[in-house]
Amino acid sequence: MADSVTQCEVAVIGAGPAGLSAAVQLGEMGVDTIVLDEKPAAGGQLFKQIHKFFGSERHMAGMRGFEIGRLLLERCENLDIPVRLNCPVWALYPDKTLGTTWQGQSAAIAAKQVIVATGAAENALSFPGWTLPGVMGAGAAQTLVNYHRVRPGERALVVGAGNVGLIVAYQLLQAGIEVVAIAEAMHTVGGYMVHASKIRRMGVPFAMNHTVVSAEGAGRVERCTIAAIDESFNLREGTEKTFDVDLVCIAVGLSPAVELCAAMGMEMTHVGELGGRIPLHDSVLNTSIDGVYVAGDVSGVEEASSAMEEGRLAAVSALTALGRISRPQSDEMKSEIARSLAQLRRGPFGMTVASRKEDVCRRYEEQCLKIV
Amino acid sequence: MSNRRIENHPILGELPPAAKVLIVVDGKPLSARAGDTVASALVAAGWTAFRRTEKRNEPRGVFCAIGKCTDCVMTVNGVPNVRTCITLVEDDMQVETQEGLGAWRIP
Repeated sequence: MADSVTQCEVAVIGAGPAGLSAAVQLGEMGVDTIVLDEKPAAGGQLFKQIHKFFGSERHMAGMRGFEIGRLLLERCENLDIPVRLNCPVWALYPDKTLGTTWQGQSAAIAAKQVIVATGAAENALSFPGWTLPGVMGAGAAQTLVNYHRVRPGERALVVGAGNVGLIVAYQLLQAGIEVVAIAEAMHTVGGYMVHASKIRRMGVPFAMNHTVVSAEGAGRVERCTIAAIDESFNLREGTEKTFDVDLVCIAVGLSPAVELCAAMGMEMTHVGELGGRIPLHDSVLNTSIDGVYVAGDVSGVEEASSAMEEGRLAAVSALTALGRISRPQSDEMKSEIARSLAQLRRGPFGMTVASRKEDVCRRYEEQCLKIV
Repeated sequence: MSNRRIENHPILGELPPAAKVLIVVDGKPLSARAGDTVASALVAAGWTAFRRTEKRNEPRGVFCAIGKCTDCVMTVNGVPNVRTCITLVEDDMQVETQEGLGAWRIP
């Protein structure tokens, strides 16, 4: 309805670690900000993360994800930043008008700047039986167990030994769910060894070079078969193992939630190591649409610590565009955040992310600024 | 139906008390906790299949639990295709297993 238009300086789409951090940064500078999220609770995926974070003090190392979530929400509340929940954003126009649904009505929001922090979604894995109830994303099981305090099954098979697979396997055990095995297609564990060792100590077998063959059951998963694969990912005959399980957790990566960005016509690019299709962006999170920024997993899948830094960075870019901070102030804040991000992007995985992010910036300059 | 609540948790402690919310699922009453989503209330009671597909009549349940995949949609208060994983329970909420694409049933 055209007669209900909310005006604001900055609209932040997504109330996860990136969006909330952006909002806090903006709120501290007195910017009229509104945060929108389609879910009934803010915090994104922080509240299901019951493990302690790594990094330095700046990155809130030692705190558990839900504690960080509470802290961010508290800061938003102290700054009187409105966080509109149950509010899906279904359109984003280049003039920075947002189409939303709120309290059963269409509600337009006219912003001067927009930060898109829509996060990511778990990837599925296709095999016979993959749609059976009880086959779900590992993050879904994590949400049910840690946030809603319900067990989606009693015996689980985890597919994927990256950090999500490892952490969720451990958290299933903490919730009293038996984990029969972790199957991983690669020959090495993708996640941190500290997580892998913990699970090994609890007696969970790792089936390396294994993939899922099928899941079966009447109306829900009752059995799941895995088998060994060779270097070309072909099944090795005769190596099948079948487990009686009522839960299969798929932890094979995430894809950036780019629907809004793509629908509004942002220039996109594909980078496998960043989760797939992402909006082209520069080092301070500008996109091809003037005044629209990306932050967090939507700009390339990483983790919550870097999402929070990116949220701040996008906020600084918005503050600069609004003329709320001087150029030298802006440069100083941006380089401080860049240093912090560089700290987080260490190690083999982090280095790859950093290098791919640089590629994306180069592509952005070529395609969006026409600098070759 | 089984109780799949995690009453005690090594990190999160005891399940905090919550007000009881009564919803109706396929005509039968179901007791949920305030703050539950429809999906978590159903999982707590041992439900797995939330809908059946249009073409092959296959069961579907929770897949992502964060509102992204739409596998868990049901008909809620006469509105089809409601994402149950991001819809909070309310007293007297009428929840139905969705057949195919569902149908609007609003008086």
